[in-house]
Amino acid sequence: MDWQDMLSSSLQQGLGPTAIVYCLAAIGLNVHFGYTGLLNFGQAGFMAVAGYSMASIVTTWGLSLWLGVAVGLLLTVGLALLLGVPTLRLRADYLAIVTIAAAEIIRQVVGSVSLLKYFGGLDGLQAFNAQFAALNPFDKPTGIDGVVMWRPYDFWVVVVGWTLVVISCLIVFLLMRSPWGRVLKSIREDEDAVRSLGKNVYSYKMQSLVIGGLFGALAGFMTALRNAAISPAGFATDVTFFAYAVLLLGGAARVLGPVVGSIIFWFMLTFLDLFFSQATRGADPLIPASIMTTSQASLIRLIFLGLALMLLMIYRPQGIFGDRRELAIDAR
Amino acid sequence: MPADMIKSSDMTAVSAPRTDKSVDVRAALKGVEHQPGAPKPDPIVVADGIVRRFGGLTAVDVEHVEIQRGVITALIGPNGAGKTTFFNLLTGFDSPDAGAWSFSGKGLKGMPAYKVARLGMVRTFQLTKVLARLTVMENMRIGATGQSGESLWQAMFAPLWRGQEKRNTERAMDLLRRFKLDTKKDDFAGSLSGGQRKLLEMARALMVEPELVMLDEPMAGVNPALKQSLLGHVKSLREDGMTVLFVEHDMDMVRDISDWVIVMAQGKIIAEGPPDAVMSDQRVIDAYLGAHHDAELSTEDEEAILAAAEAETGATEGKSSHG
Amino acid sequence: MRKGIAAVVLLLWTTLLLFSSGTSAQAAVPGSPASPAAAAQGCEKPPPREDDTIHIIGCMIDPPNPVEGVDVTVEDEQGNVVGKDTTNATGIFDVELPGTTLDNLGKPYVIKIDEDTLPEGSKLRNPDQLELEVSTNLETDISVTFPIGEVEAATGQATQALQLLVGGIVFSLLLAMASLGLSMIFGTTGLTNFAHGELITFGALVAFAVDQLPGEISLGGADVTVVVAVIVAFLVSGLFGWVQDRSLWAPLRKRSTGLIAMMIISIGLSIFLRNIFQYFAGGDTKNYSQFSSTQPYTIGPILITPTALVVIALSTAVLLLAILALQRTRTGKAMRAVADNPALAASSGINVERVISVVWIGGAALAGLSGVLLGLTQGFDYQLGFKILLLVFAAVVLGGLGTIWGALFGSFVIGLFIEVSTLVIPGELKFVGGLVVLIVVLLFRPQGLLGRAERVG
Repeated sequence: MDWQDMLSSSLQQGLGPTAIVYCLAAIGLNVHFGYTGLLNFGQAGFMAVAGYSMASIVTTWGLSLWLGVAVGLLLTVGLALLLGVPTLRLRADYLAIVTIAAAEIIRQVVGSVSLLKYFGGLDGLQAFNAQFAALNPFDKPTGIDGVVMWRPYDFWVVVVGWTLVVISCLIVFLLMRSPWGRVLKSIREDEDAVRSLGKNVYSYKMQSLVIGGLFGALAGFMTALRNAAISPAGFATDVTFFAYAVLLLGGAARVLGPVVGSIIFWFMLTFLDLFFSQATRGADPLIPASIMTTSQASLIRLIFLGLALMLLMIYRPQGIFGDRRELAIDAR
Repeated sequence: MPADMIKSSDMTAVSAPRTDKSVDVRAALKGVEHQPGAPKPDPIVVADGIVRRFGGLTAVDVEHVEIQRGVITALIGPNGAGKTTFFNLLTGFDSPDAGAWSFSGKGLKGMPAYKVARLGMVRTFQLTKVLARLTVMENMRIGATGQSGESLWQAMFAPLWRGQEKRNTERAMDLLRRFKLDTKKDDFAGSLSGGQRKLLEMARALMVEPELVMLDEPMAGVNPALKQSLLGHVKSLREDGMTVLFVEHDMDMVRDISDWVIVMAQGKIIAEGPPDAVMSDQRVIDAYLGAHHDAELSTEDEEAILAAAEAETGATEGKSSHG
Repeated sequence: MRKGIAAVVLLLWTTLLLFSSGTSAQAAVPGSPASPAAAAQGCEKPPPREDDTIHIIGCMIDPPNPVEGVDVTVEDEQGNVVGKDTTNATGIFDVELPGTTLDNLGKPYVIKIDEDTLPEGSKLRNPDQLELEVSTNLETDISVTFPIGEVEAATGQATQALQLLVGGIVFSLLLAMASLGLSMIFGTTGLTNFAHGELITFGALVAFAVDQLPGEISLGGADVTVVVAVIVAFLVSGLFGWVQDRSLWAPLRKRSTGLIAMMIISIGLSIFLRNIFQYFAGGDTKNYSQFSSTQPYTIGPILITPTALVVIALSTAVLLLAILALQRTRTGKAMRAVADNPALAASSGINVERVISVVWIGGAALAGLSGVLLGLTQGFDYQLGFKILLLVFAAVVLGGLGTIWGALFGSFVIGLFIEVSTLVIPGELKFVGGLVVLIVVLLFRPQGLLGRAERVG
């Protein structure tokens, strides 16, 4: 059992591109769910729209990556409006079902053979990141020696990604301490009360959906840039569920909740994976193959994840560092 | 938002006590006939032909009603009479199948609830809707209208709204002191008692600077010790020149503070008049008070009301938690 | 509470220990770097290697079957052949590029498919892929999918429509059984249960476990193993529903956990159960020993398999019984009363918790049965329920959340639409069509097709 390697690999994941993607996605969900009480179960859809816009503008239409980013952001706003118009007047669970359905529609459409020449089917698109890679100032592996180390391109993704996270957190902080943020939080508590005080609840929910969706778009861009490839598999329903787990782990309605949540989530997930994979590998494994094979070992972390999400919601709905008092007041 | 600024300065002038005028407005009701739909000398709300059906049930069917400006009007009636539904219809929280109504001469048909509130017609709810995970002060601040910091574009830049926020906070502090909630200002609203929640909801409604305050069962769930002070607060709204319309089951309260009473039964308005006249009206006795005329509610009545309220609470909770 | 969860785990463990462990399992963490670019349907790609080479890995698939024995060559920019391979039984070819990762970075390669080695009469669905240019811009392997075969050529439009209608009816009935359970549970407890799909899978798995027991069960000389398996699955699923409710949901209701919190807990449960299923049952597609591939009967212009007939008969009967029970029996009436107004039902002497227990047993049994029958008609894997969960939701919401007739009606709208719509839209997008219908209906009738508008506020 190579503890040092396990810890450093876990740390690498906890701080790496994947954690960044989920952090950004969860920041968006925090605006939706944590602050406004909107149940968006289709964050993966927002990510897919943005990521695919960026990638296909480059590969399919041969235009600039930055134009792709702009188109991605625009289409994300469009998607938010499209989903918000029919559902934001309805009960919260309708939004949940419509968004989860929309995300699945998007994923299956971009993965379809019919649109293969635009979106590359199940294999997705590659080779769209040249403009981004060209800006990479790092030419050798960077990190902390002996602890974490990234290849030049990965480190560039990490730097850009965490910069986006910092900017996003700052925006969320500024918004949520303002009267605008107060209206969102009030809508979360009781939208009829807010309506009775002369606020256009529908418009605020829409603004929240758009802004949270835009953070989702950033996550989508990072998903695509992370591996310099994009495919429908990266936008499955579980992506949204994982992002919720990240948010709830760090604590909803807290500016830094998604950041803390994402780091811990990916650290733990990687650590569990490595631990069980090492424990089942080799001629005389720690856990005999009759109990657990190597391929079964790879499932343990997801079993833990499901269990953790349940236990978290039952015993610590405020997140691991949250203030129990804030949630205990209300039975919600 | 210059319009709101002007309104705001007007209201500060209005909030000075005006006992003399309230006697006047009360006197204005003297000549009004004691009939359903009676015309008033200075109506603030006029409604015509309001019908609301739920499936086969006609919950509200009001031919004509006028609410006099500057007085306290009570809306009473047995359970299921359609009072709360009528409230919902007037304030835009529900839309009728037919009918038209106006507030200060402005037609409200098809107007969404938030616009109705902005016009100065603000309601409270039967089951108090305080914003539990916000502090009492935040609950108050949200009531202020025309906040520039509530616009997305200005929200991120605190200097653009800090001054206004300060003024709103001062006004909120004044109201909290008046409602004796000033010591609780930093507590979460969810930690308040039932009576305190009612007070907070009323104080928050006043932050909107309304002309008409509509209270849905302000006494429900309030302990007797707080009742007197709540009564005083409702009366003081009239002193401040506001019009009050409230739904209530507590007959003592109705008699004590209302200038005019409207009685609903089975969705229709069956009687109108000053409290004493209405309570001796045969139609009212038949429809509503029955044998318990002039008496406190019997235990059975109270139980029935409680059961109905619980049923409703259960239903609304179920709905609101996923909606 | 802890005890409760432990009980669920224990029940699962014991049920699932019936499966042979050691079947191939592949974790698919969406977006994690461990699972690169694409996980194609039907192809099981080798796990990523850690070495410093780049492979071009591809998958030949005539959905859903992999295509074996197709020759593939990879050429570099100058047209030199750098590697050759032939697809294996899972439709995979794997060509290692010469040199290290760094040598290859940014170089274009052409993948050439030998058209003659394709199965007779079939072609690549996308002819452009015969000579596909790829470039290595990544430090990971390149993976490509090559779908093969035409989408069924049109016979007579009317015949085809009829044929699809039959498929639609089968699917609608199965969807209806799953939807009814979801809708009843939602109606009585308010829970939007994202783990309902796992109740479906559970049924299929239990039946499979019985089917896999050594020996066969015979009755009067006839092998009735699968028949017994279906019955056992139905009963055990009901038990699973009861245990799940008593150990998890009932305690949560008791501490008045919010509905949104419960929804998220159900998501956790769904992830948990799905991976437990995969842990014990593996990730492969399973078929029952009987009824899986039967010769279809020809009735007029249409073909119908005996399995489909049995499924239609059985599910119609079960649905009718369920409806009858809901309409006529005391418990059924109590259920509808609880769905209508729990507080009122409780105050009029109905034991709400008992009713909810019955709903969970019934709902889970129905879901489990629909799982077995789905498995019988098309085979299944550990994601069976999760894959159709959205359609079940669509059916329930479409018809009107929490109403019995709504769930049934919605299931037929979705089930028939999905199958029949393939006349005009590509089959791969039929689920998409069903979900689009859901959104469009909600746009115009938010309370669902059969739902009532209710008092707001």
